[in-house]
Amino acid sequence: MWNSLILTIITFFPLLGALILLLLDKDRLGAIRITAFTASLFNFFVSLYLYFSFSSETAGMQFSVNKTWIESLGISYHMGIDGISLFLILLTTFLTPLAILSSWSAITEKVKGYYICMLLLETGMIGVFVSLDLFLFYVFWEAMLLPMYFLIGVWGGPRKIYATIKFVLFTMTGSLLMLVAILVLYFMNHSFTGAYSFDLLEISKLPIPLGAQFWLFAAFALAFAIKVPMFPFHTWLPDAHVEAPTAGSVILAGVLLKMGTYGFLRFCLPLFPNAFIDFVPLFSILAIIGIIYGALVCIRQDDVKSLVAFSSVSHLGFVMLGLFALNLQGIEGGILQMVNHGISTGALFLIVGMIYERRHTRLIADFGGLSRKIPVFAAFFMIVTLSSIGLPGTNGFVGEFLILLGTFKTNVIYAVFAATGIILAAVYMLWMYQRTMFGKITKPENENVKDLNLREKLILIPLVLVIFWIGLYPKGFLVKMEPSVKSLIENAFVKYEENKSFEQSFHSDYQQMEQMKAVISQQWSVISHGSSIMRNE
Amino acid sequence: MDWSIPQINFRLVSPEIIITLFAILILILEPLVSKGKKNLLAHLAWVGIVIAFLANLRLWDLMETTFSDMFIVDNFAIFFKFIFLAGSLLIILVSMGYLKREEIVHGEYYSLILFSTLGMMLMASSFNLIVIFLGLEIMSISLYVLAGFKRSDLRSNEASLKYFLMGAFATGFLLYGIVMIYGSVGSTNLEDIVKSIAVQKEGADLLLWAGLGLLLVGLGFKIASVPFHMWVPDVYEGAPTPITAFISAGPKAAGFAALLRVFLFSFVTIKADWTVIVWIMAALTMTMGNIVAIAQSNIKRMLAYSSIAHAGYVLVALVAGKEAGVSSALFYLLAYTFMNIGAFTVVIALGRKDEENTNLADYSGLGTRHPWLAVFMMLFMLSLAGFPPTAGFMAKFYIFSAAVKSGFVGLVIIGVLNSLVSVYFYLRVVVIMFMRPPVPEAKPISLPLGSVLVLLISTWAVLQMGIFPQSLLALAMLSVSSIF
Repeated sequence: MWNSLILTIITFFPLLGALILLLLDKDRLGAIRITAFTASLFNFFVSLYLYFSFSSETAGMQFSVNKTWIESLGISYHMGIDGISLFLILLTTFLTPLAILSSWSAITEKVKGYYICMLLLETGMIGVFVSLDLFLFYVFWEAMLLPMYFLIGVWGGPRKIYATIKFVLFTMTGSLLMLVAILVLYFMNHSFTGAYSFDLLEISKLPIPLGAQFWLFAAFALAFAIKVPMFPFHTWLPDAHVEAPTAGSVILAGVLLKMGTYGFLRFCLPLFPNAFIDFVPLFSILAIIGIIYGALVCIRQDDVKSLVAFSSVSHLGFVMLGLFALNLQGIEGGILQMVNHGISTGALFLIVGMIYERRHTRLIADFGGLSRKIPVFAAFFMIVTLSSIGLPGTNGFVGEFLILLGTFKTNVIYAVFAATGIILAAVYMLWMYQRTMFGKITKPENENVKDLNLREKLILIPLVLVIFWIGLYPKGFLVKMEPSVKSLIENAFVKYEENKSFEQSFHSDYQQMEQMKAVISQQWSVISHGSSIMRNE
Repeated sequence: MDWSIPQINFRLVSPEIIITLFAILILILEPLVSKGKKNLLAHLAWVGIVIAFLANLRLWDLMETTFSDMFIVDNFAIFFKFIFLAGSLLIILVSMGYLKREEIVHGEYYSLILFSTLGMMLMASSFNLIVIFLGLEIMSISLYVLAGFKRSDLRSNEASLKYFLMGAFATGFLLYGIVMIYGSVGSTNLEDIVKSIAVQKEGADLLLWAGLGLLLVGLGFKIASVPFHMWVPDVYEGAPTPITAFISAGPKAAGFAALLRVFLFSFVTIKADWTVIVWIMAALTMTMGNIVAIAQSNIKRMLAYSSIAHAGYVLVALVAGKEAGVSSALFYLLAYTFMNIGAFTVVIALGRKDEENTNLADYSGLGTRHPWLAVFMMLFMLSLAGFPPTAGFMAKFYIFSAAVKSGFVGLVIIGVLNSLVSVYFYLRVVVIMFMRPPVPEAKPISLPLGSVLVLLISTWAVLQMGIFPQSLLALAMLSVSSIF
């Protein structure tokens, strides 16, 4: 009972929090902040239950709930998690309270609306990660855009309106085409099994013809690649990040980008294994271009926030490379790196936000020598910087190492090129750190900067703890994801072979589609002629 | 031939009779009611609609014809009548405050709305091309008058005249089409057409095709589809705003009621041939409506083009055909009625006497000035754009799924790309409301009770149909079996 309810609770508890906020008076700032923070923190503690009672023995879905939602269309309320989604949910519930806490003094206008958006966003994000019904997934996927749209558009920087519209239009371009693909899958499922269903686990069993797989994969992959964002669909990201408020950036980088990579694993690989495997070279190369291009652009940034934003392109390139290595190390590394990037980049954005609140500038040239004035801040900044580079002992190392290991197994050249990304990361991160924190104080405004206060320390300490936890003892994470990843890969390759042999029983898939068309048109004429039954005898 | 008076089952026409009686009653009472108490007539009008609604409810699942097979009562017609009655009810509620504000409180306004509703109901129930024509005229003539109801306003007069001239022209086309079909088939009864086409070996002869084409022109005008949409922006802009909302909901749905019944019942055997034309119309209508809407700075004109675009989506359902297509069109039109009237209610609320405030700039900072009103508007905009979890998303999803099911993936791709375009201009309203500073000289807004009610009902419907659509979906599915 409890186990089948818990995902619903975690998904909708923030929504409940948002509804309570709605009832509060808009001038009671303290009450609004406390309510929002409590709601998200409570959700985090509830989600810890998932971690502790998650069984690492089985590859199947756990905490499942499957209820009929819209009966006439075969839409169900199907949720469940496995080792792939578990950590992304935890990441979401972990980052949201921190993001809310970080907005305490940064957001002073329309406070109520802001926290409502944050909580609605959390509901949307968790919903995306727990949905196992394609329709339900799509609803969360789209609904989640709106709070983010408001966060950037209302509380963002000077070019907020441009940035937020760009963000929405880019994301929707992909997702609407994905909707068409979902519908095609729905009717394919019907023509194969006779049942109308959007259930991912059912549809994954379909032997989809290769030609159709190509197009359907393309539609899904476009939606996810824009979200990741993969080169060359990344142009919305710097704009959105630079204009978003700090907490918005944290969530955007920390969780929203992961939806793209998660989508590749959860949907593209099980549904279209043949297309996925055939596309490995293309996506690996795009990922590597992303890694190197993102890093090179970072070196030339004047603004710390846009540097961190572009570093996301590079880091997510690593994740994609790991996923497309299609072996245990690569995918596990990819998933772990999703979490790592959420933690490290989230922390970087928080740090940038903290310094921005003090100085109201983010230009690297405006800083310098700060480490003497604010040593505690500098120490946190150092740790997070190193974790972002991937220093051994921090989380980034484990993820990147596994990814490179996995890639090395499949293609040495890819691994060599990708490894240069780590070197470049050290270049741009350390150089940025040096220019802002070390050297002489060149600007008089920097003389009186205050160090971190208690609230800010409380935000950063948990993040640093997780950085070291994953860095020193990643086993607790890897063990839980291993069965799911293993079965994911095995199933994909088994299905790959099955589909191929299935395909050979037809001359070509085009012919098969022609046959299907013939059947459909035959049915059509039956229906249409049968319709002229006498109605009024 | 036996010339006896045909058997008439008055029970079947009871909703129509009730609406007619109330409309006439209002006309009679109008001179007797003193100037300050004209709202009494509005109350009478909505009471009439509620009674007709109940009478309509009692006819559910009947499936009978009367008046010598001219008039049919089936679930399809009943569902459409629910849409019309709901739309008219909302419009009457919202009009009460509006007429008072504009100081044009005249009882015949409500009478005309009821007559127009009667015309729509006739169109949905017609089983004969002549009755379609009859219903169309009753509906349209009332609308021509209503569009010009602000007699002292030049633009209202312009709207009325434009609507009348072009509408009369379109009706001429329709009538001419009916004549040609009669020439080819020898009957205007919808069932006779089916039989006759089945007999004609090569499908249909040229005369029938010409008739079908002209019919499409006449009805295409009423639903505001490209290329018969030219009247829409001017009429929408000039007409009193509640009437704009009315035109965008009821008559459009009525046009579709006739279109769906004639094309998917009478002409279904030659569907493969006319689908090409409607396919192109649908694609053009969606694309034109959405792209031109981007360029509008007046919200009434923007909603006018949006209404054209939405007609395009419903045409996709017509292309899809079959049970799924028709029931998705029903669901869509119902959802559209609520979200569009809701949006127009906000537009009305922002206006003042002789000062409509329909520029998009007038919405600046509405989120700060009137958060609730802005939230309602946002919800309707999101629903029109098709964001989950609103009715607009569910409805669009259902139409697209019906089209994919029938194999029109290309048209669906055009449709979703159009949705993307539409997101831009619907969200622009939201941007202006929430992300721009308020207009300094803006005066406070007062919401009459009727408008509040309409907003609440529409919001409830939009969310209900978006989150728990099962019951209404099932109803829409039950409503189409008689067509096939």
